[in-house]
Amino acid sequence: MKVRKALTGNEAMAEAMRQINPDVIAAYPITPQTEIVQLFSNFVADGKVDTEFVTVESEHSAMSATIGASAAGSRAMTATSSQGMAYMWEVLYIAASMRLPIVMPLVNRALSGPINIHCDHSDAYGARDSGWIQLWAENAQEAYDNLIQAVRIAEHSEVTLPVMVNMDGFIISHGLEIMEAEDDDTIRNFIGVRKPVYHLLNEKEPITMGPLDLQDFYFEHKKQQADAMARSADVIREISKEWKDLTGRSYDMLEEYRMEDAEIAIVALGSTCGTAKVAIDQLREQGVKAGLVKIRVFRPFPKEEIAKALAHTKAVAVMDRAESFADFGGPLFRDVRASLYECDSRPKTISYIYGLGGRDVTLDTITQVYADLQRLVKGEQVPMLNHLGVRD
Amino acid sequence: MADNKKIKPNATAKEIPMAGIITTPGNAKEFKTGDWKTRVPVHIEENCINCLICWVYCPDNAIEVKDGKMVGINLDICKGCGICHNVCPTKIKSIVMKNPD
Ligand code: SF4
Ligand code: SF4
Repeated sequence: MKVRKALTGNEAMAEAMRQINPDVIAAYPITPQTEIVQLFSNFVADGKVDTEFVTVESEHSAMSATIGASAAGSRAMTATSSQGMAYMWEVLYIAASMRLPIVMPLVNRALSGPINIHCDHSDAYGARDSGWIQLWAENAQEAYDNLIQAVRIAEHSEVTLPVMVNMDGFIISHGLEIMEAEDDDTIRNFIGVRKPVYHLLNEKEPITMGPLDLQDFYFEHKKQQADAMARSADVIREISKEWKDLTGRSYDMLEEYRMEDAEIAIVALGSTCGTAKVAIDQLREQGVKAGLVKIRVFRPFPKEEIAKALAHTKAVAVMDRAESFADFGGPLFRDVRASLYECDSRPKTISYIYGLGGRDVTLDTITQVYADLQRLVKGEQVPMLNHLGVRD
Repeated sequence: MADNKKIKPNATAKEIPMAGIITTPGNAKEFKTGDWKTRVPVHIEENCINCLICWVYCPDNAIEVKDGKMVGINLDICKGCGICHNVCPTKIKSIVMKNPD
């Protein structure tokens, strides 16, 4: 039975983790993720979960211990933010290349420096080539739903890759929302028990994991990883459908909002999509054909869906909540622009770096982007590279 | 489950276990680590005084000893470093380094 609850994003993630009841969690606190593992440690102390909770001395150790637990065959999780994930960096790659289905909430926060604890996407963007699947949420409901689906996606025999479940720091993690939670049995039936192909505690078929791998086979193992990432798109679609049949809440690689006849569109990740939807509704009342493409799965990148959703538009603004210092917009901008390259006719595509270090994104902020797009459609000059709302 | 024993040097990504997992642990002993040496030690028995200093110094345990006597070199694991040749105390060296055939 569903329960409607008022939860913050962090509480929603912790609730999902309680229902997942993983075998092992190794974690270290960091703002704004701290609450997730703090709440989870309460569940452990109160006997509400069977999890072995390992309090480690750093995030590098958190990910390393999670890797060990996952390699042993258990369902293992951790959670982090920003500098914490930066400190996990090298082991993120190990988790992915060892093909361990670890699921990790990442509560997105700006990377230092200057030191800042608020939301942007520089942490997750930096790990986009690490081999982790990346799911993104617009609100606490989606963070909850994504986290549970992530377990199935990660452990699917066609995938066996780790999944990062992103949620905007403070904006979602500390904002209270009404959301639906499923009951424990529903979740436990949905996720089932992990059935690893290989694991270290299988004494009948002993194996070695993570050995040295040089010129003769490293390349083949990377190709296996790339193939698994490519296959994961279909698995994500399939599991999203199952989740919809179970809960009524629908997910895909991306979400199109009022895109059918849209002439101008924004592409974005995370909580900003909610703001954009309100802006679109207002603009539509004024007759402006505005739309939104919200990316739910950033890795693997939904290139065909993007091309299909945007090909008929006249101008597109891609919003990146991180600077990547390429002097060519943000990572999402470049991926979207590249996805459109094969289209016979393609929209003008411009980049907006926005909301860095938690800078507020209001309706006015978004409306300004749509105004720029309208000017672009009219043939006026709008720069390709923009830093939205910065004092310059 | 793919079996490492069947893995040929030209096996494809689809034929090998994922992530470099070794399904036959302990198989390092089947791996001939001496195949990349550029110089080969050759034992000259008539000069040898069986002091076994080469056995002590060889970093790869390649010096074979039987009944207290140096009886040969296991070229499957010898890496050709030449330490045995260097430490051999006989005036005319009892181990010489040669080019491989
Ligand atoms: S060449 Fe080096 S590895 Fe080979 S037998 Fe002599 S000391 Fe050992
Ligand atoms: S060090 Fe020279 S003399 Fe001594 S056992 Fe080895 S080969 Fe013989």
